Amino acid sequence: MTEAKATREGYGDALAEIAKKNKNVVALDSDLNDSTRSDYIKKIDPSRFISMGIAEQDMIGTAAGLSVSGKIPFASTFAIFSERAFEFVRNIISRNKLNVKIAGSHAGIFTGEDGKSAQAIEDIAIYRALPNMVVIQPCDYIETKKAVHALMAYNGPSYMRLLRNPLPIIHDDNYKFELGKGEVLKKGKDAVIFATGTMVHESLQAAEILKNNNIDVYVVNIHTIKPIDSKLIIDLAKKTNCVITAEDHNIIGGLGSAVAEVLSENYPCIMKRIGLQDCYGESGKPAELYDKYGLNAEHVARTVKEFLKNKK
Amino acid sequence: MDKNKLKELKKIANEIRKESLVMIHRAQSGHPGGSLSEADILAALYFYKLRINSKKPDWEDRDRFVLSKGHACPAYYAALAMKGFFPEEELKTFRKINSRLQGHPELKTPGVDFAGGSLGQGVCFANGIAIAGKLDKKDYKVYVLIGDGESQEGAVWEAAMAASHHKLDNLVLILDKNQVQETGKTKDVMNIDPAPDKWKAFGFEVFDIDGHNMEEIVKVLDKADSVKEKPLMIVANTIKGKGVSFMELNYKFHGKVPDDEQFKKAMEELSKND
Repeated sequence: MTEAKATREGYGDALAEIAKKNKNVVALDSDLNDSTRSDYIKKIDPSRFISMGIAEQDMIGTAAGLSVSGKIPFASTFAIFSERAFEFVRNIISRNKLNVKIAGSHAGIFTGEDGKSAQAIEDIAIYRALPNMVVIQPCDYIETKKAVHALMAYNGPSYMRLLRNPLPIIHDDNYKFELGKGEVLKKGKDAVIFATGTMVHESLQAAEILKNNNIDVYVVNIHTIKPIDSKLIIDLAKKTNCVITAEDHNIIGGLGSAVAEVLSENYPCIMKRIGLQDCYGESGKPAELYDKYGLNAEHVARTVKEFLKNKK
Repeated sequence: MDKNKLKELKKIANEIRKESLVMIHRAQSGHPGGSLSEADILAALYFYKLRINSKKPDWEDRDRFVLSKGHACPAYYAALAMKGFFPEEELKTFRKINSRLQGHPELKTPGVDFAGGSLGQGVCFANGIAIAGKLDKKDYKVYVLIGDGESQEGAVWEAAMAASHHKLDNLVLILDKNQVQETGKTKDVMNIDPAPDKWKAFGFEVFDIDGHNMEEIVKVLDKADSVKEKPLMIVANTIKGKGVSFMELNYKFHGKVPDDEQFKKAMEELSKND
């Protein structure tokens, strides 16, 4: 079986790596550093972990102040609680294009048992609406590490969406992560699934199921939701004329919307958005929730099949 | 401090007040009340206390000034221009399209350290600069001007807690306690008193002064230098609209432009202090 690790582990490990290389890297957290794994920077230098208490607005404001003073701050908490500081992100960080890296962990209904209050399903939508922001959701441990290094090399504000539970590792150390570029994981001809985060894995499994039905789909990992890889999206829409998006996020404002924005202006076509159908999650095991809310591989496969059938 | 220097600072404060009203009247837009209440504090900071160099606005070792109450920027821009950060001529562009002097400050303006406009954010931001200074063993100080209405924002108190927790003795907060906010008296809208006690309880070394008495302002700014291991709060008791009789403690002049007649009368009143 493939090794599995949570993306938040990749975040913590990469944070320690870059902190070792660059003394200006600092980490801030709102008392969830054990969960987000930003704690790992303490192994390199405890003085560069700044404890903010349960005060997200102050954390974001302080991160901004650090960034104008030559530091490279990585500010983390749960995705949902980062939203409490949204207007701080908007008015201090995004407005001034400051080099602050925000990480929101425990995103989506994948978070599981903690339930609705902890499951951010709108974070991609809100951060995507801010000028200057880069929005990323890596799909495995290695990709997360590569993404942190890429953000370190990028001078500007970003939001990285992280996940609580382990996910299969589908990349290896030679993987080249490129900001703003989609990754074709599987080629196909009948349809294309643009997926992000957990849904990359569900979509890969769905592709296997579909293969048994003689349906051959592209599976594309969209790790960078903003700036989105318009060229790849248009190319594959033209090739397949059958576009599906998949995300553990509200279908309003997230990856589905981003892809629809690109296609409606460049290659209008009917598409199908898999995700939370404008509703919240609940407590339960991730697998149970993915079944109930229509996010598991079987559901993705069924959606693709029906979509293709209706098109004919 | 000798009498001549004090006299000079008072004169500068009056110039800042007059220039603020000229800018607001010319733009037909802006916030007069808070500019008038903070003018003495800005004069003392920019023409006495701050370690800054207008030729090198981004100098790493400079003292920082964070105007958290960003709407009161006319007085701030006037002080920066008088200090030489940009030509005084540029004040004419305040609130006009393509200007560096936006309705609320932006970082692109030389001398501006914080882009305000949304209340309650400046202290959080200043904490970050102060923590960076500690990490890098720099000896600059961070001065922050906040409003009393602004103190109703919860983030101010998040930041107060953090400044004290991180022992930021390189942080000097100044509360422009001008008693009035957009819709009325602060004590009627949402009382923040007893303000000095609240700040003391949050771990600050607190000074309570008359924010229009130049001698007191200058003295307390110097006294602040000797405080160690804790952040500072100077509660400056001021009057919103200070210097113009019909604007003083009048909430209507928080964000209202004086009409031509009022402007003329205001300038006459301020000119008597020259």
